[in-house]
Amino acid sequence: MTDLGPLVPRNRAAHPPAYDPDYKTSVTRSPNLPLLSMESTPSEEHGPRFGHGLIGALDNNLILNWTKGAAPAVGERILVHGRVLDEFARPVPHTLVEIWQANAGGRYRHVKDSYFAPLDANFGGCGRTLTDEAGYYEFLTIRPGAYPWPNRANDWRPMHIHFSIFGHSFGQRLISQMYFEGDPLIARCPIAATIRDRSQLDRLVAPLDMAKSRPMDFLAYKFDIVLRGRRQTMFENKPEGM
Amino acid sequence: MVQPLDTLTETASQTAGPYVHIGCIPSFAGLGGIYPEDLGLSPVSDGAKGEAITITGQVIDGTGWALRDAMIESWQPDAAGLFPGQAGADPAVSGFARFAADGDSGFWTLKTVKPGAVPARGDAMQAPHVSLWITARGINIGLQTRIYFEDEDNTADPLLKRIEQRPRVDTLIAKRTGPGEYRFDIVLQGTGETVFLDI
Ligand SMILES: [Fe+3]
Repeated sequence: MTDLGPLVPRNRAAHPPAYDPDYKTSVTRSPNLPLLSMESTPSEEHGPRFGHGLIGALDNNLILNWTKGAAPAVGERILVHGRVLDEFARPVPHTLVEIWQANAGGRYRHVKDSYFAPLDANFGGCGRTLTDEAGYYEFLTIRPGAYPWPNRANDWRPMHIHFSIFGHSFGQRLISQMYFEGDPLIARCPIAATIRDRSQLDRLVAPLDMAKSRPMDFLAYKFDIVLRGRRQTMFENKPEGM
Repeated sequence: MVQPLDTLTETASQTAGPYVHIGCIPSFAGLGGIYPEDLGLSPVSDGAKGEAITITGQVIDGTGWALRDAMIESWQPDAAGLFPGQAGADPAVSGFARFAADGDSGFWTLKTVKPGAVPARGDAMQAPHVSLWITARGINIGLQTRIYFEDEDNTADPLLKRIEQRPRVDTLIAKRTGPGEYRFDIVLQGTGETVFLDI
């Protein structure tokens, strides 16, 4: 593999700060001291790769993957699709995208989730896929329900899907959440509000995409993801001043 | 007015939340069977060259309490300092692992081989280290850090040399507790706070 140059330094202003008292759990889990900043090294520029042999036929179909196709999950059927790009708008091909979410009632399949909404016997709540040559991915799933959570006295999470993306470098690793266009709970959510830059939050809100929806079957939502880029210029790898 | 830039901004991070294991380590979360096996069960397979080691620790919050819900990923080269895909790299080293803090004790364990030294950009060499990425509820953007080893020569490592407060270097160095065994705690905040990286 050719040396593609260092990772573009992270623009920390595009991300939530570690400490945000309105998201109470962050108060004791946020470093007080500044991060040590430096240029990336091979340790961050290499990263794990996952092959197509890893991915099962139903892995990106959360409606069917829990029952191995035997019975569909309850809920509003949706297609979530988009591209993974880098900061130079280059597609990130063959990279692993993992998602997890609550069921249609807002309940996770997890021992620690004690919300009243019932579990759906036909819904597990996770999926994974690899992007194609052009960076595209898609998941068929159900729209997750909003749910209450212990933070301030009456906080509710907007409908959301958790996303984990690898890229090709360990330093590109990213976990985020996708929200749904038009959800009034986004503006009231302290976790969404950890993002200070309004345009950055807007980019986590997937628009309804009627062109990709299939009549009598599912609605579609588009969610593009941008990972850190790697510099590659004609001046790279030359001694300074040359 | 100026010309518009055609670069994009990285997607904003959001916390992995309390249920990160559902998506990343489904068997750990009770969703065993949805995939044949969880990703990153081990960074090495049988026959990996080098010294087999076990690193154990906790992730500790600002009150001294060990997180029971953290998920950690590790990334490293093989014993010769080569990453998967590099010419001559050990085929028995995938280099990548995922592990969770125990739900009762908060302890996590990484079984691997000790990584070799890796070049820095330029002429310098980096001392052997494992890269870590820590996520959990309450962590808004994954925390990067590294595990170095007490029984290696760390004096010339370019990253460690940049740490101004020399006592803090110690927070990145795993302590040898027995043959092939190390202890490495990650302190998120306060006294003994781990050096986290922006790299
Ligand atoms: Fe959630």
